Amino acid sequence: MSIDNAHDHEVVEEEFTDPGVPEYHRPRRADLDPKAARKAELQTAALFGLSIIGTVMAIWAWATGSVSSENIAETQRTTMLIGLGIFLAMIGIGTGAIHWAKTLMRDHEMIEERHPMRSSDEAREGAIEKLKDGAKDSGVGIGRRGLLKGSLITALAIAPLAVLVPAVGNMGGDWDVSKLKHSMWRQGMRLTKDPSGEPIKASDVTIGSVFHVIPEGLNDLEHHKLEEKAKAVVLLVRLDPRDLNIQPGREDWSFDGIVAYSKICTHVGCPVALYEQQTHHLLCPCHQSTFDVANGAKVVFGPAKRPLPQLPIAVDDEGYIVAQSDFHEPIGPSFWERLK
Amino acid sequence: MRRLSLTRYHRAAPLVLLFVLLAGITTAASFVQSTPASATAEASADDISEGSKLFAANCATCHGLDAQGTEGVAPSLIGVGAAAVDFQVGTGRMPMQASGPQAIAKTVQFNQDQIDQLAAYVASLAPGPAVPDADAVDPALGNAANGMALFRTNCAMCHGSVGGGGALTQGKYAPSLWATTPTHIYEAMLVGPQSMPVFNNANITPEDKRDIIAYLDEQRNGAPGGAALGAIGPVAEGLWAWILGMGIIVGFTVWIGVRSS
Repeated sequence: MSIDNAHDHEVVEEEFTDPGVPEYHRPRRADLDPKAARKAELQTAALFGLSIIGTVMAIWAWATGSVSSENIAETQRTTMLIGLGIFLAMIGIGTGAIHWAKTLMRDHEMIEERHPMRSSDEAREGAIEKLKDGAKDSGVGIGRRGLLKGSLITALAIAPLAVLVPAVGNMGGDWDVSKLKHSMWRQGMRLTKDPSGEPIKASDVTIGSVFHVIPEGLNDLEHHKLEEKAKAVVLLVRLDPRDLNIQPGREDWSFDGIVAYSKICTHVGCPVALYEQQTHHLLCPCHQSTFDVANGAKVVFGPAKRPLPQLPIAVDDEGYIVAQSDFHEPIGPSFWERLK
Repeated sequence: MRRLSLTRYHRAAPLVLLFVLLAGITTAASFVQSTPASATAEASADDISEGSKLFAANCATCHGLDAQGTEGVAPSLIGVGAAAVDFQVGTGRMPMQASGPQAIAKTVQFNQDQIDQLAAYVASLAPGPAVPDADAVDPALGNAANGMALFRTNCAMCHGSVGGGGALTQGKYAPSLWATTPTHIYEAMLVGPQSMPVFNNANITPEDKRDIIAYLDEQRNGAPGGAALGAIGPVAEGLWAWILGMGIIVGFTVWIGVRSS
């Protein structure tokens, strides 16, 4: 039984004058001219026919074509034809149905009246009465059954923990946030080539050279190799020493024009690696932050807010480039700066 | 003026214009052209003197009569080696038509003999990287899988993951590598032309360079997944998706809403 039966026919009171529906009906061509109706019918059938052709084409392309790494051109043709066939099969049905509805199906205006959202007074009173009865029966609100109320509220409050604790717990057993401020670079650790892990001699880094660098021993890590790599990757560049403006306090961080900077953008952490040899600019491909390697990797363009962290380097007895220490600031997005 | 204002354009004209624009953007990335370089021959004294004449006639205006360079205009060519000359002249980048942010690959202005003579002259000034021999750049001898790992680390950030090219700053760009000859790819890594950094043989060994060439050679077979749109990344793909994809949806919406005549 519906409680608003009583005012099914009650119409919303108008707050403004009803402009009404124009008293005219424009018939479509297909309504008047049997030839136009026949034409619309054929057009609709043609669209459905197109769909049928598409289905056949997709199946034919799948059956006769081949998808293999041996023949890329054939693979491209096959996938293209299957996709095109499916597209025709779907679009034919859709456009045919709409064309049918627009040109041939019954065409007359209808008015549907809106009814008030508010329930009748009896229905509202009845509902309130039921709520009151329920409250009275349960004893809630008149100071009794404290144990029931307390245990129910506790149960409701802690129930989400059954989902949240395992979910958060699975994010990792290590909650030492200070690790985010450090990478695996240590004093004396050699700079090695990504991905081979071969150490780099200072004499091999000719002017204008760029080396993509990972720390020595990264490839031997058994766990968290990608996490460590994501924090530790470095770009090693040699500039003509005359072009390099060494930053105050970093006089011994470079070697004869060779400088090493973190490859992780200080904006949102994309790998910055588009190095332009002539301008010494380093461009981040994500949001076009540009860093000037000749001037301490300062930001010269784009949304990044602070320079790329510099890795202090030196050369060991055998002529290989080594790190003097870890980065002196957190790498990556500027957010971590605030943890310092 | 009156005639012009009376001209009625077809109502599909903006649409056609849009398609031309999209097609233009898509193909613009891959217009770089190259001509094949032949194997190198030993340079003779004749070659050097011929090269010296060619240099004086075609290059000395900017690079100076002794190839010492001109401050702010053109770099010194002493010590750049034959590989740099073979790349710059062999791809038509030099002589430059006009100074600008990018040295564009154009129609090559010299035949291979003349390029070899120029290279011999520049190589005679000071030792520098030589033109690689045919075996060093033969893609059939390289390991494309290792080449992919190296390309992803060292090259893909500028040239795109399959070598389609990409934009740099201030109007510069990394060109597509699909039409570049193996010899020119090798030389570019060796000498670091224009904005490109140097990848010397200690950084990427000659075998590794050949692996990279093998990987790029594999990409010339095309992409299996359909139209690659020049493989220049999200800009071309986004333009197609937003303009063509959204355009189709808007068009259908209008058609569904309009009364049948």
